[in-house]
Amino acid sequence: MSISRYLRRSRWDDERAHELEVYLDIETDENIARGMTPEEARFAARRKLGNATQIREVIYEMNTITFIETVWQDLKHAVRLLRHNPAFACVAIVSLALGTGANTAMFQLVDAVRLRTLPVERPEELAEVRVAVVPNGRQGSFNGRRAALTNPQWELIRDQQQAFSHMMAWTATRFDLATGGEVRPTEAVWIAGDFFTTLGVKPLIGRVLTSADDRRGCPAPGVVISYGFWQRQFGGDPAVLGRPLTLDGRAFDIIGVTPASFFGVDVGRTFDVALPLCAEPLLLGTDTRLDRRDSWFLAAIGRLKPGWTVDRASAHLNGLSQGIVEATLPDTYNADGVKNYLAFKFGAFPFSTGASALRTRYATSLWILLGVTGLVLLITCANLANLMLARATAREREVAVRLAIGASRRRVVRQLLSESLLLAAIGTIGGLIVAAWFSRVLVRFLSSANDPLFVDLPLDWRVFAFTSAVAVTACLFFGLAPALRATRLSPGAAMKAGGRGSTDTRERFSIRRGLVVVQVALSLVLLVGALLFVGSLRHLMTTDPGFRADGVIHASLDLRRADIPPENRERTFQDIVARVRAVPGVRAVAEVMVAPITGSLWNRGIYVDGKLVESSLLNAVSPGYFRTMDTPVIKGRDFDSRDTSNAPRVAIVNARFVERFLKGADPVGRVFQLEDRKGQLTESYEIVGIVKNTKYYDLKEDFESIAFVPLAQRPERATDTTVAVRTDAISSALTGALVRAVTDVHPAIAVQIDTLTQQIEESLARERLMAFLSGLFGGLAALIAMIGLYGVMSYMVVRRRTEIGIRMALGADRVRVVRMIVREAGLLVIIGMTLGIGLALAAARTASALLFGLQPWDPPTLATALVSLGTVAALASWVPAYRASRVPPTTALRQD
Amino acid sequence: MHGEMLQGTLDLLVLKTLAIGPADGHTIAHAIEQRSEEVLQVEHGSLYPALHRLEDRGWIVSFWGTSENNRRARYYRLTQVGRQQIAEQTNRWDAIVQAVNRILRPATEG
Repeated sequence: MSISRYLRRSRWDDERAHELEVYLDIETDENIARGMTPEEARFAARRKLGNATQIREVIYEMNTITFIETVWQDLKHAVRLLRHNPAFACVAIVSLALGTGANTAMFQLVDAVRLRTLPVERPEELAEVRVAVVPNGRQGSFNGRRAALTNPQWELIRDQQQAFSHMMAWTATRFDLATGGEVRPTEAVWIAGDFFTTLGVKPLIGRVLTSADDRRGCPAPGVVISYGFWQRQFGGDPAVLGRPLTLDGRAFDIIGVTPASFFGVDVGRTFDVALPLCAEPLLLGTDTRLDRRDSWFLAAIGRLKPGWTVDRASAHLNGLSQGIVEATLPDTYNADGVKNYLAFKFGAFPFSTGASALRTRYATSLWILLGVTGLVLLITCANLANLMLARATAREREVAVRLAIGASRRRVVRQLLSESLLLAAIGTIGGLIVAAWFSRVLVRFLSSANDPLFVDLPLDWRVFAFTSAVAVTACLFFGLAPALRATRLSPGAAMKAGGRGSTDTRERFSIRRGLVVVQVALSLVLLVGALLFVGSLRHLMTTDPGFRADGVIHASLDLRRADIPPENRERTFQDIVARVRAVPGVRAVAEVMVAPITGSLWNRGIYVDGKLVESSLLNAVSPGYFRTMDTPVIKGRDFDSRDTSNAPRVAIVNARFVERFLKGADPVGRVFQLEDRKGQLTESYEIVGIVKNTKYYDLKEDFESIAFVPLAQRPERATDTTVAVRTDAISSALTGALVRAVTDVHPAIAVQIDTLTQQIEESLARERLMAFLSGLFGGLAALIAMIGLYGVMSYMVVRRRTEIGIRMALGADRVRVVRMIVREAGLLVIIGMTLGIGLALAAARTASALLFGLQPWDPPTLATALVSLGTVAALASWVPAYRASRVPPTTALRQD
Repeated sequence: MHGEMLQGTLDLLVLKTLAIGPADGHTIAHAIEQRSEEVLQVEHGSLYPALHRLEDRGWIVSFWGTSENNRRARYYRLTQVGRQQIAEQTNRWDAIVQAVNRILRPATEG
């Protein structure tokens, strides 16, 4: 067979037809010459030739690759079939796309966050060093996302350890690219030791920082920037080396760029700039942490020497611990603190998957969401199975007819198979689209301005292949199995009136009913989950935080670059506050040290009547703060101009503080003392007012005891503060005016504007994610299950059409018929829901840590889920029943 | 011989018929019948696939021509390769016949 013959086979066939015609003509003529009549002649000629069509077919087949031909035919037929049954096709494809796509995206995220190893050289050799044995917790100040060590500890470990060939430490931070005015933040890391060498990262351009660059008092430190920052900020300029980069007002030279694949060691984050730790005093000045023995902010990683295991390294560090803790003992600890500190032991921990705050915060949520998508996959498979079984039944007679005409069994099966495959192929492509879109949605959701998320989510072919395989197998199996059985039937039996055939056996229908029960059960689980998470979110958003958040703007000020001496800072702040108050649209202004819901924390031990009672949260505010935040002062007074730095020390406490520490007499007028950093008692604070309880760092927390002191009475004003502004309405004009109010005082003051509502929303990111996704999936799953139920009920109604017709002919009224059918459906749904409740209660337990204001077995939630699912199910079963009852009995009885 | 005929045998007959000169399908069919003195009644229909096969192998070629009644018809002609094949196929046929004969009529001469 030649290629040209193949491509022109239809034309060849025409020629053949012509040739055979010619033969017939010649033969007919000869027959007429022999004396036959024209018709006889033609008949005889035909008989002599044989079956012309068959001849043509034989030749045609010689000209083609039969296999391709039939596959192409099957495909065309399958497409036509799907076009004629859009509802079936739609539901099947959507089910498939949803099930595979959502699961793939979800698994990719979990994989990236939890399971994937770092994209560095041989990550299995990396180990993290931190304090392994901590009898009573650590004391001091904690900065950064992974505050494992203090700098004095790091330096000693670095010098004394023998277990690692390379070691490094790092802490994440942020710098301001602007020189004044509104902050332009950039993500950065302080690095110490051999950061890049330990991780095996080679520079893309220039060089990377090594331990040689990290010497105390480094005079002219260079910085390394990331590939992403290089593209964004410098447009990928190849001559970027040597160009200066201004960070927090100070210029640094760029000495290198890292490759595109390197994002640091914190999964879910990226860095723009890396600076050597020795440069910290240059930027933080007297606030430098390098010599502070109680400032925990570094995370340390080492690459194990060949032959060393993590356990051996851990034991080695344990041995070094005593010497190190003795040499780095902070002098501010009291006796108990000292004893605790001296008992610390360092250890090594595996680090191949990197650090991740994302992981810890979202660990449970991600697994739950993976469970949710898994359930959705099951439901979609069940749905597909149901759909396929329904189709197979409907096609039985068609199959019988084909067999009767002469199609081989293999041919018919192949055609049915190609239908399922086409469906699977389209559904899988849809799944890819869903996976890509869904991944983007997830990352966007988890990301926020103050907490951006950088996770690389390339399509994971393994997962996609797995989930597609699952769904496609379900498709094929349930599409093929009944079809195979159908072909085994004798065509006569299949075509017999009544159309019972093979798929009408009890067992076959039981499978479908079983599938519906499973679908209903799983949908109920998802629905309960969705209601729990949505309810939890609603509680969180409506819970009274003790202040009124709308309209409040927080302007964080940073005076570091303005070079204002400490004694003038108070005046500067007051100046700014006065100017802000003058901005139109501003109702009230005040300063606060620790703004609420920002995640910062300040606590101290409290002494009442000379006895240490416990520790309490603290905050420092200016007069008018409570009015600005709309927190009522229950008793006594707010701070005012009386409370200057020379006046007696006063404090305002919240109701919880009173409850915990000051039982009994009127709290106003009582005194308490704080324990300061050095472990000594400060002077007494007299309580002059009581305020309502407010949330401090998280909406989810219980109300804690808080003591407020006046900012004016602080021993020394820090270089930063937050100005809380209550406005009528937030607009960009207003925020612009606020920024100007600040820069008018001094242009080098950095300002960062946030709205409290936004900050609250961001703190609820996890809850919002759970509510959104579980709601989405719960709804979709319920919808799919109901479609499945509708399908099964319709089929059942069709099956019993004869029976219904007879009943109605005998006098049963419509209502009875409908009731009979609905009762059958009802049974399925009730079984499903009972199963579902059991599963839901079991599953909800895992989610209890994520809920707020709700118990996992919250009765109203369960009731709502049952009622809503039940209602929809009732509708899904009533409609086909009603339609069946509308068919006149004669039509029903007439069998085609 | 009705019905079955070894496919290769039909091919050989066609080739031999065409050895005389080019012909169209109808002529070839009748020629086979006549020259075998009506013993071989080949189903004329099976001729055409055989012609197609032979053409595929390159042993014959087809061309348009005019028949006796001024009809446009498809004619077939042997190629060089086809001509060589006649001898080869004939030898093969002889070998087959001899083999069958040996079984049916074992040699009695000693």
